[in-house]
Amino acid sequence: MRVMVVWCPDWSVVAALEEAERSLRSPAAVMHANLVEVCNGPARQEGVRRGQRRRDAQARCPELVLLPANPDRDARAFEPVLAIIEDLRPGVAALRPGLLAVRAPGSWYGTETKAAAVACQALVEGGVWDVRIGIADDLFTAEQAARTADVQSWVVVDEGGSPTFLRGLPVHVLQDEGPRGRELVSLLQRLGLHTLGDLADLPGDAVEHRLGTYGATVRRRARGEDRALFAARTPPPELEAEVAFETPLDNVEAITFSVRTTAERFIGQLARHQLVATAVRIEAEADGVVCSSRAWLHPRHFNARDLVDRVHWQLQGAGSTSRIGGAVRGRKDAGDVRAPIDRVRFVPETVEPAAAHGEALWGTASDDLVERGVARVQGMVGFEAVRRPVLQGGRSPAARQALVPWGERAVDLRPVDRPWPGRVPGPAPVRVFATARTAEVVDDAGREVRVTDRGVVTGEPRRFRVTDGTDLPWQPVTAWAGPWPTDENWWAGGTGPSARFQVVGADGRAWLLLRAPDGWALEAAYD
Amino acid sequence: MSSTRAVAALDEQRATVERLRARVAAMEDKAAGEPVPTLPGLTDILPMHAGSTYAVDSASLALALAAGASRAGEWVGFAGCPDFGAEAAAELGVELSRTVLVPDPGEHWLEVTAALVDVLRVVVLRPPASVTERAASVLDSRLRTRSAVLVVHGEWPRAAARLSVETSTWFGPTAGSGRLVERRASVAVHRGARPPQRADLVWPGVQRVDRQVREVRRVSG
Repeated sequence: MRVMVVWCPDWSVVAALEEAERSLRSPAAVMHANLVEVCNGPARQEGVRRGQRRRDAQARCPELVLLPANPDRDARAFEPVLAIIEDLRPGVAALRPGLLAVRAPGSWYGTETKAAAVACQALVEGGVWDVRIGIADDLFTAEQAARTADVQSWVVVDEGGSPTFLRGLPVHVLQDEGPRGRELVSLLQRLGLHTLGDLADLPGDAVEHRLGTYGATVRRRARGEDRALFAARTPPPELEAEVAFETPLDNVEAITFSVRTTAERFIGQLARHQLVATAVRIEAEADGVVCSSRAWLHPRHFNARDLVDRVHWQLQGAGSTSRIGGAVRGRKDAGDVRAPIDRVRFVPETVEPAAAHGEALWGTASDDLVERGVARVQGMVGFEAVRRPVLQGGRSPAARQALVPWGERAVDLRPVDRPWPGRVPGPAPVRVFATARTAEVVDDAGREVRVTDRGVVTGEPRRFRVTDGTDLPWQPVTAWAGPWPTDENWWAGGTGPSARFQVVGADGRAWLLLRAPDGWALEAAYD
Repeated sequence: MSSTRAVAALDEQRATVERLRARVAAMEDKAAGEPVPTLPGLTDILPMHAGSTYAVDSASLALALAAGASRAGEWVGFAGCPDFGAEAAAELGVELSRTVLVPDPGEHWLEVTAALVDVLRVVVLRPPASVTERAASVLDSRLRTRSAVLVVHGEWPRAAARLSVETSTWFGPTAGSGRLVERRASVAVHRGARPPQRADLVWPGVQRVDRQVREVRRVSG
């Protein structure tokens, strides 16, 4: 069996630059833990090397583009490359992002050289610029052949020619095999073995004794004896589902009714693959153009009924004009969408194995009931009007909680388990105003109480009131505690140095007040 | 020997009869009356029963009434409370993953509350300023067929009991030092025309304080 290996050098950098929409010619490096993980050709020319600290790399090449490491992104970007090769020859194995192997498509294209040329052309047409191809008897030799090839070129090692080809290679080609390989290279060099040929000439049992199983494997490969097979991937199944309407529909109710079977089919085919969807994108097309597209996250996973609900909310939201915040629609006026829809598509964005979402043995019937009831409320007052409270980290009471729309997953929450210095101690306030209400606090002489830059309170708070409404007139202060100074978000133009006070009014209720540079605000009530 | 066995058998049968009676009652839409779990501090002064409405005059009392059921694994909901304090609720034992909020139901508050009452165990409602007798009776009749409790923070035409904070004292802060530590409140429970029943509660945690114990403590302190 002949093997063809396609190598795209510095794939992480290519993927990251493409994602960042930067030129592929700019010197760039992918950083991980403050060290250069991968760098590209232009950066290497300036002296940037793998394993350098960020500071050293920037000292050699000040215009270096630093990119974060993200293995998922690399794999995602490699997917189209796999698909291109899969079109030419099925049975592609992705060895790692940037490196793939396939059985060499020999006789169909005439010779192997021609096959390599075809693959190379297809990839370049697909937008992959730096491609190198190697063809040999075994995987290791083919990979090494690809690494010796030039840009958009190929190296074919003849049948039985592997040992001769590998003999001359220096041992540091093993460096690409990870930490294990780097350790072995260092050891071999200290032993005075500089080429793979030197290693291949050693007796096998001696190598195994001195260098362990990995060393013996490398020796076998260097002799061209390692016929390791690769597991070809099965192309990912097509999980999207769509429904086309013969006559375009312009009523939400009619659309939701018509997508029901498609939603069931979509969930059913996921279930056949033992998968469930936790994030789904719903696209609606009018006149062949996607007119509404939105990703929906589910706190657990979608079933067909949930999907139909989401279609309803999404198209309804697109149809009516002003439905921001908790605005409420009447029951009768609902239904018309902006343009007649002729196609609705479900695209799974995140799928997870169904085993991770198994239900308890006795089911969750009452929870299902609640879900249905809440969905009914959402039908009345809108999707965003029903919320689920979650805790998050922060300093002010309002920042320490978040109200997530029901049926959505909470994203971008601040971690709770950090210390959050400057937050107010004591029991949490029962009422937390979403937007702080302006207030006034004065001392004995009726002057406004201030907090100086050094955190000194200018006077004893005596009376306070809320100035935006009339429900809290002047009230004497019986006790107060504070200040708890904070200076949040100063790096992005925050509110400036401010301080919080706990104030107990004459009626025995306690309040949380904030003194910001521009005045007092009532943030929460202990009621 | 044989007589005791006969009595035991009779008892067993009696228990079965009781159970069946309870089931028949439940099928006859008399789910109302079944007790709803409350916080230990409130059990004596306000045993809650499904199908009833309770009115309170402070947000912390409303939260305390909902917390008992949530702690016992029930679903609770808050309608019309845009200033819901999630952290305070969690401190009191409310399970936030089983909490539904409708912060601003607007003009649909009655329908929203009715829909929530269908599926949740305790629904806390802050109604708009004026509630008509008719609106209240709509909800009441819905409540009777469900095993839910409605807690109204505000005025309500007919409530099984009305809780109000009569006096409240915060301990902890003085003039500028300390922090809020503990709150004691005297809570009065009004039931119809009966004289109000009073109890002292302590936050955080909503525990009942015995008046006599407090007297003793005050003397010794």
